[in-house]
Amino acid sequence: MANVFALVETRAGEVRKVGLEAVTAARMLADKFGGEVHALLLGPPGIAGKAAQLGQHGADVVAVVEHAALNNYNPEVAAATAAERIKSGGYRAAVFSTTAQGRDLAPRVAARLGASIVTDVLSFEVEGDVVVVRHPMNIGKVIATIAMSGTPAVIAMRPNVIAPAQNAKAGRVENVQPAVDPASTKVKVVETKQGSGGKLDLAEAPVVVAGGRGLKAAENFKLVEDLASAFGNAAVGATRAVTDDGWRPHSDQIGQTGRLVSPELYIAVGISGAVQHLAGMRTSKTIVAVNKDKDAPIFKVADYGIVGDVFEVIPALTEAVREAKKHH
Amino acid sequence: MKIAVCVKRVPDMDVRFRIAADSTSVDEAGLKFDINDFDAWAVEAALQLRDKNAGSEVTAISLGPDVVQETIRKALSMGVDKGVQLKADKVPFDGLAVAKALAEELKTGGYDLILFGKMSPDSSNGVVGAMVAELLGMPAVTAISSLEIADGKGKAKRELEGAQEFVEFPLPAVLTVDEGLNTARLPSLKGIMAAKKKPLEVKQAQIPQSQLTVRKLELPPERKAGRVVGEGASAVPELVKLLQTEAKVL
Repeated sequence: MANVFALVETRAGEVRKVGLEAVTAARMLADKFGGEVHALLLGPPGIAGKAAQLGQHGADVVAVVEHAALNNYNPEVAAATAAERIKSGGYRAAVFSTTAQGRDLAPRVAARLGASIVTDVLSFEVEGDVVVVRHPMNIGKVIATIAMSGTPAVIAMRPNVIAPAQNAKAGRVENVQPAVDPASTKVKVVETKQGSGGKLDLAEAPVVVAGGRGLKAAENFKLVEDLASAFGNAAVGATRAVTDDGWRPHSDQIGQTGRLVSPELYIAVGISGAVQHLAGMRTSKTIVAVNKDKDAPIFKVADYGIVGDVFEVIPALTEAVREAKKHH
Repeated sequence: MKIAVCVKRVPDMDVRFRIAADSTSVDEAGLKFDINDFDAWAVEAALQLRDKNAGSEVTAISLGPDVVQETIRKALSMGVDKGVQLKADKVPFDGLAVAKALAEELKTGGYDLILFGKMSPDSSNGVVGAMVAELLGMPAVTAISSLEIADGKGKAKRELEGAQEFVEFPLPAVLTVDEGLNTARLPSLKGIMAAKKKPLEVKQAQIPQSQLTVRKLELPPERKAGRVVGEGASAVPELVKLLQTEAKVL
């Protein structure tokens, strides 16, 4: 069998963009193996209605687990259900996403299967029976090429490295039961606090606006938020110095010990460009930096820089972006 | 309470790495090594729990060649009670192989808590803690940024994308530690002296065959040199034009 499995992430009853990317990656692998793509979607009642779009992106079969307790990610239910599906399906490869959820889930599933796993995968090829992946090591300063000889090859894709592609297949929906009762899990989620409403996720947002110490005080992050909202499709990030000082939550930290992002456009506001920060954003496609210190290391990686006071430049940029968006 | 903390020796990342002649490893000449930051936070969490719970004991475990004894001694000097080296010529990239070797040791320890850093910067794969939990059939909470243990139960917070999750779990459990949980203590002189006398047991690691082969390592292409568009707010129109016409991102 040369079929490929894809785990489609959901949040609050919606399919996430990384889920479409996982199906697209699985389709690319399945086409090389000459097999089908079987996707798994877990979520609250109504999630089956989101399955059709997965067929559009190349899923031949979409297994849907609907359960009232699955509005939030449940590691034990997801791991048991995914492992059971993969075992019974005899898949050649299984594709996950390198997100907070995927980083938790994918290794659990791989361990249950006795399969090896590579996370944060940048690209892949197929050579006969072997999946060959590229994976960043040493905070992105070294890129490894790794051959995965085991079956299934479990990979977790870095978000934003594969664009969801149209490749319509049957997308036949099958309703399946969770492999364990969500009420019986050992770890219980007692509360989920959502961040500021509707905020785009850092790993998925096409534009990231990030702020550093140059903003001088927590309340000045409003400049960064305003610029992000002018784009409309931007998420807000921060440096470690800023999250350590409590200006922003740790989940907003971009860098070696925080989040890795590679958006279309990254705007660094008052960020000097410490090694630890560059590790989290240097693969962004276009980098803009605004900093008053012309010798700041961030200018070495920035495609476009403005040397100047963020308190003057950012409001002007926000206004100009708003204008530009109006004409689209 | 019996607590195990798995620690890894990793190179300082603030350098320009060179690829070794075999093209499948990093040239270690001149690199400085220390305990992985995430693992140091896990050690700190273990020590805080031990100090609150009389009769507790913390064991630091590291897989690798004899140089990892330095990393274990570092944990001992922070206050860990004893160390175990799982001796192996090298640490494989394959997290499953590492997890199996660690699980073999951990399953006989009768630990109430097994702590890991959520990832290490060198291999940057971040899978070993969760895999050990599954291999041992223990509940796991990954990437925690707060922790309370009382009456045989735990509470922890995880940072998700755009949300925070609060979970409760029974002991024994496996936890992996994110940044923000605590600040790791520095070893005191007294701690460093005491560490020399603490027990460090050496055992042969049982590492299974790896299913992953690192074929080659490369340095990523350098970003092309950027340009400064201008100074101050007056450079904004030019920047916007470049974002529209050249980068095509606006």
